[in-house]
Amino acid sequence: MLDILFRRRRRVYNEPSLAAPPARLPAVPVVVSRPVAPRPSEVSMDFDLPKDARLVKRSVREFAEQVVAPLVQEMEQSDEFPAALIRQLGALGVLGLVTPAEYGGSNLGYLARMVAVEEISRVSGAVGVALQVHHMGASAIGDFGNEAQKAKYLPALCRGDSLGTCAITEPTGGSDLLGMTSTARTVSEGYVLNGRKCFITNSHLSDAVVTVAKTGEGPKGLSAFILEKGMAGFGAGRHEHKMGLRGSDTGELIFRDCHVPRSALLGNEGDGMTIALKTISEVGRAGMAATALGILQACYDEAVRFARERTLYGRPIAQLQAIQWNVADIYAQLQASRWLCYHAAWLKDVGRDCGVEATLAKTYVTEAAVQAARKAVEIHGGCGAMMEYPVQRLFRDAMVCVSAGGTSEIGKIVVSRAALA
Amino acid sequence: MRPLDIIVCMKPVPDPRRWGKLKLDPRTMLLRRGDISAVINPLDRNAIEQAVALGERFGGTVTILSMAPAEAEDQLAEALAMGGDRAVLLSDASFAGADSLATARCLAAGIRKIGQPDMVFCGAYSLDGSTSQVGPQVAELLDLPDLTHVVALAVEEGGVRATCRVDDGQVVCDCTLPAVVTFDKEANRPRLPTMRGIMKASATGVVRWTAADLGLSAGEVGLAGSPTQMSNVFAPALGRKGEMLEGPPNQVAASLLEKLRADRLVN
Repeated sequence: MLDILFRRRRRVYNEPSLAAPPARLPAVPVVVSRPVAPRPSEVSMDFDLPKDARLVKRSVREFAEQVVAPLVQEMEQSDEFPAALIRQLGALGVLGLVTPAEYGGSNLGYLARMVAVEEISRVSGAVGVALQVHHMGASAIGDFGNEAQKAKYLPALCRGDSLGTCAITEPTGGSDLLGMTSTARTVSEGYVLNGRKCFITNSHLSDAVVTVAKTGEGPKGLSAFILEKGMAGFGAGRHEHKMGLRGSDTGELIFRDCHVPRSALLGNEGDGMTIALKTISEVGRAGMAATALGILQACYDEAVRFARERTLYGRPIAQLQAIQWNVADIYAQLQASRWLCYHAAWLKDVGRDCGVEATLAKTYVTEAAVQAARKAVEIHGGCGAMMEYPVQRLFRDAMVCVSAGGTSEIGKIVVSRAALA
Repeated sequence: MRPLDIIVCMKPVPDPRRWGKLKLDPRTMLLRRGDISAVINPLDRNAIEQAVALGERFGGTVTILSMAPAEAEDQLAEALAMGGDRAVLLSDASFAGADSLATARCLAAGIRKIGQPDMVFCGAYSLDGSTSQVGPQVAELLDLPDLTHVVALAVEEGGVRATCRVDDGQVVCDCTLPAVVTFDKEANRPRLPTMRGIMKASATGVVRWTAADLGLSAGEVGLAGSPTQMSNVFAPALGRKGEMLEGPPNQVAASLLEKLRADRLVN
């Protein structure tokens, strides 16, 4: 809809002289093609995805439609993650998108990862969030791990022997990092961990967990560890049931006098805050934005499909202005969201700070997804409330994205600091 | 079994998901391909899958070959990501408007320049042109035997055994190598490009050859080298010939039965 408006406007502005406007716009709709034209050298911005990312998008979209889509209904009903899918994700290679090739990954980068999570989430937000949180664990080990840790954990994480995760949030809250109560007491052979992490994605499916506990006081008093399932005193606790993103594995991780060797320390002692903040803001929030972007795209797809198919007063409801306005709103939010997401990922790929941009993307896109999902439900009328239409799932999924990875209020605090600086 | 060198001919076609937006150029009666994005011709994916699977089993090389505009590098990269070892793009402004024969000439010249392979694979037909001619024409130009509409291929010592679809069933053919084989969709289930495949494709890159590289003259390629010229394109009017039978139900039924018998539709 907006697209058509913009095309017409461009036609008028492109006339040689604005002082002598064309006598009239063409009576028949003009077919405006978008031929692939060489980029003029004076234009420095390129809004095309790079070739690798285009290929990732196409391949992951096909995978999502062929492999993930048939699992969605069962995930909704059972609220369980299909364990066999992990190996399939590994075989496709999306588990290793941000892992170097020497450790079994493809290292195609964060824009490719953004696109992959978006495409998976377009079909299943639950699988999308599982994938993006896996990347948090893998990137924390890849960025901060020593050679031995990378060689030990990353190839298995890329293959899909298990999903990775990053366990930070505690019952005291996720954003109040210094308020965490889990401790890692130094002993002769390493550390003894005690505490409880909650609302952890991939909690029960993950064999290698990156987590943070207190080794002292203050910002330098946090340290990060890689824990393995099977270590004495470490295991998964309660399995949560969520209103949305059903089928993604969410639950508790509990340490009870869990003895870990010194080799489990990720980075140096006292690096926990840096590792957690960088992983949450640059990888986790960008990943939640990608998940919400996929959901938002699905809202648009479903809204357009229904508006074209459903007839009322003898014509498709897409011809009713009330519906058109809602579709235009969803489309505008989709476009804005996509550029915020891709920009944040691009910053990460070129090695610039992207914490604020990823937080901005996460905050905006998750809120936009909720609004778009609500509009998509409304466009469906009574059908929108029916469980056999996917829009109700998109609405529930979008709601869960808002608080995951930091609430919108926390996001606004981060963004406002940058905006007012 | 020794390693096999296979060349797969691949054509980019307009994405079938967007066919609703396809337009014809009213002057040339050709598709305006630039309007919508291209994908690998679906049956060519079957050909690529077969070649890559044989490469994994017996070793050798899989070369992807395409005559297409420069934008086709995307589809060639995708074919490399599926497991191709190298990709060659035959691209030249003079190739535009080629019919199946001019296309086959180009591909045959490309194959000669690459070096005689053990097999040339193609999709049985393209989704946009659907002539099924290019594969057999390439075979004719290279003086090779060809197996068309293959749904199963077994490589054996000294040749291949192919199950080919024909109008009223299937035939099984034995053929010596080298040969040209064109595949139908039942031949296999094409794999998706993996992320590591995409990484590898990015490092491999695509070789580009022009008409001059192939030693082809202007009269042999493109519109000038095409004996087929499009004179008109139209949608045939499709309708049903309706006939209303009137009268009491038993008479209508009897009359209907008589007509069906007359048309030999029932006994």
